[in-house]
Amino acid sequence: MNRLMLALRGALQLIGVALGIATINFFLLRLAPGDAVQVIAGESGSASPEYIAALRAQFGLDQPLWVQFCKYILKLAQFDLGYSFRQGTSVANLILARLPATLLLMGTAVALAALLGGLLGTLAAYRAGRWPDLLISCLALFCFAIPVFWIGLVFVVIFSVWLDWLPVGGMYSVSAGLSGWALAVDIGRHLILPAATLALFYMAIYTRLMRATLIEIRRKDFVRTAVSRGVRPVRLFRVHILRNAALPFVTMLGVQIGSLIGGAVVVETVFSWPGLGRLAFDALIQRDFNVLLGILLCSSILVVLVNWIVDALYRLLDPRVRTA
Amino acid sequence: MVRDDCGRNDRRCQSPVTCLRGFNALRVSNVSAFAFHTPSWLARSAFAALFAAGLSAALPVHAATPKSGGTLTVIAQPEPVILTAALSTSSPTATFSTNVFDGLIEYDNDFNLKPGLAEKWSLSADGKTLTLNLRHGVNWHDGKPFTAGDVKWTLENVWKKYHPRNQALFANADKVDTPDDHTVIIHFTKPSLAVLSSLNSNGAQVLPRHLYEGTDILNNPYNNKPIGTGPFKFKEWNRGSHLVLERNPEYWDKGKPYLDRVVYRVIPDGGARTAALEKGEVQYASLSPLPARDAQRLSQLPNIRLQTKGYEWLSPWLFLSVNVERPHLKDVRVRQALYHAIDREAYRKVVWFGYGKSAISPVVSTLTQFHDATVPQYAFDVKKAEALLDEAGATRGANGERFRITIDYLPYGDEFRRSAEFLKQAFKRVGVEADVRNQDTPSYTRRIYGDRDYDITVQWYSGFADPQVGVTREYQSDSIGKNIPFSNGPGYRNAEVDKLVAQAQGSGDQAERVKLFKALQQQVQKDLPSLPLLELQFFTVEASDLNDTVSGVDQVYGSFKNFWYTDPSKH
Repeated sequence: MNRLMLALRGALQLIGVALGIATINFFLLRLAPGDAVQVIAGESGSASPEYIAALRAQFGLDQPLWVQFCKYILKLAQFDLGYSFRQGTSVANLILARLPATLLLMGTAVALAALLGGLLGTLAAYRAGRWPDLLISCLALFCFAIPVFWIGLVFVVIFSVWLDWLPVGGMYSVSAGLSGWALAVDIGRHLILPAATLALFYMAIYTRLMRATLIEIRRKDFVRTAVSRGVRPVRLFRVHILRNAALPFVTMLGVQIGSLIGGAVVVETVFSWPGLGRLAFDALIQRDFNVLLGILLCSSILVVLVNWIVDALYRLLDPRVRTA
Repeated sequence: MVRDDCGRNDRRCQSPVTCLRGFNALRVSNVSAFAFHTPSWLARSAFAALFAAGLSAALPVHAATPKSGGTLTVIAQPEPVILTAALSTSSPTATFSTNVFDGLIEYDNDFNLKPGLAEKWSLSADGKTLTLNLRHGVNWHDGKPFTAGDVKWTLENVWKKYHPRNQALFANADKVDTPDDHTVIIHFTKPSLAVLSSLNSNGAQVLPRHLYEGTDILNNPYNNKPIGTGPFKFKEWNRGSHLVLERNPEYWDKGKPYLDRVVYRVIPDGGARTAALEKGEVQYASLSPLPARDAQRLSQLPNIRLQTKGYEWLSPWLFLSVNVERPHLKDVRVRQALYHAIDREAYRKVVWFGYGKSAISPVVSTLTQFHDATVPQYAFDVKKAEALLDEAGATRGANGERFRITIDYLPYGDEFRRSAEFLKQAFKRVGVEADVRNQDTPSYTRRIYGDRDYDITVQWYSGFADPQVGVTREYQSDSIGKNIPFSNGPGYRNAEVDKLVAQAQGSGDQAERVKLFKALQQQVQKDLPSLPLLELQFFTVEASDLNDTVSGVDQVYGSFKNFWYTDPSKH
């Protein structure tokens, strides 16, 4: 019964969030000056008033706002994200086509960042105040402060143009016509620079977070008690410290995975990576609101789902949460 | 600077004979214009060498026999949104679509017309009947034959209904006869001198009737997987990443194209575009794809060449559009003063790295037939500017400021932002304070052409080969405030100018039209609703082992069918 109630509450919460997000975004986006037809007319340069009117009618932009809104919500209720007239295909298709690239890039980057950040943060915390800590903290600050696009471009200049080790951009070599393992290797080669660029930024966050948390926990009474009890350092770290430090870490991971769909517009742009971030950005510039609404909605649903998972993880990691 | 603002065509020709005459005159003047200002460049700037290199490279290398094979990788930036130019006149679509489709008539490097899908064409003496004799044995990429029915159907159902500019061009075409499968006779109700020059693959793209008839044309799936008759077949489009074209082995122009494949890569970042070209991953990028500074550096490399030909057809000019309904700015003396306050030569060098030529008229100097060099001149003269401002009653206040304005700029790239900054400085010198405002394209067009809530904006239009096509829209009063992008931004109303434009449109006499357009230039350069600053010059960055890359004055919107690699095995 309790579990059923929980599930029901969760489902209601999800629907509420989705509906709220859809409504707010729908009206918020309409505040932006100009519409899709204007952009298209602007690009073609020589549009006649008749042509503009014909396009508006086709896009449904000639109807009152509330009619447009009702139609949109009705479609959503049928799990239809709508149609992009500009791109000439359904929004779901557009998003699905870009999703693998985004997941690959963001997944790799976040995993890499969490791993490296955790390691470096731990190292820094254990050598707090000494030169390894100083070095790591400086590196983290550096990565955090430098604009991502600049790191990306410097990587391109060094590794692609000067050393000629890696391709400049794109997701795979189009003209090579590879398949199977060769293709996987090719994608891997294209992935290295954008993933590393993005990971460096995230890594800085994890490093700083991990270092601060560990330093704090190592000063706690229960750690001192454990040390005096004679618990060996490895076990002390694994059982007493890491598990406590994992809470903020997991929270941060949750936040970042939640923003996964939004992608990384800047890195995707610098490396011509065909991800969702660029799709959303282009959609905004082109006032292709159906696409933008679709991406925002998917993104918000992902945030809700990730939050559930993070909550579950809390319970797993920390017994105090379970009883609360 | 990636998007063309207008895809309109040349409407200059009245008959093939006058056409030839006009075009030859243009070619001669073209050469002399370059000869005229090249030496002064040579003396001062390293750019001259680069420019000259571009010119010499433009001469086709006919000595060698073209070799077949290889893949050409091209930058597509921005990514096209639709792949059929019959339904969109935006430049990304134009640069792609003309490889899949053919023109009825093509241009050569001297503005002459040459056969395309139409082997012969003739316009009757009264300019009311156009006969096209179509090529035999041309097939669509799906194997169906190309016939007169396709042309008739496209004219009646696409050009007249959806094509932004052909709607006007073919408005008077009331009847189309197709006596046989290879003859099209178009009857116009009024003389239509312009129509012949609008039949290239970008201007009048013929769609396959058998795939479009009876469908929702704007949403036809073939819009994004086009079936044409052109040198290359559409293979795939991976949105946000790339587009692939494959050689059409059954192309009617036997032996062409030479390339096996064309890959368009979407590279949104300017730095990444530079890197991709430098590394040789990309071999061709048109419409000034890089900041001029980067282009200058790349052109020093042995594997890269800068090309400035193939854009003649666009005749682009950059100008300041002034809102003539604003206080201060509505006084013509203030507009004259602002014009005097701008050092156009310095502007050209500082902002555009020497590309282009200072403009004195909205009709660019390369259009010798129409360009009027005797229009009122407004040389750089700060003292005169100050005097004019004083005279207009805009005196300096206690802080030295006369009045404040906002400069908006077309958000098409760095050069436009720097233009606004340059102007801010120039105006400050004469006591006019300016704020620079940035916004995205839809907000911009809305502000200028819809709400008309602006003071001064930096803008450019394509003038094309006939002022009627691209120039008069800046001055005609019928489009003011109707939210039609790239029309009359200043809000300038002059009955005399409207009359001149109408007369030129209805005239069947080219000499008379020239006279009318010169009178128009005199008038608008006196009234100054907009201040022409620069005749823009685009460049293409291309691999130096790529040959025959310019085969028409409209190459920028032309096909790659004549391109070939010196050593195809390397690509």
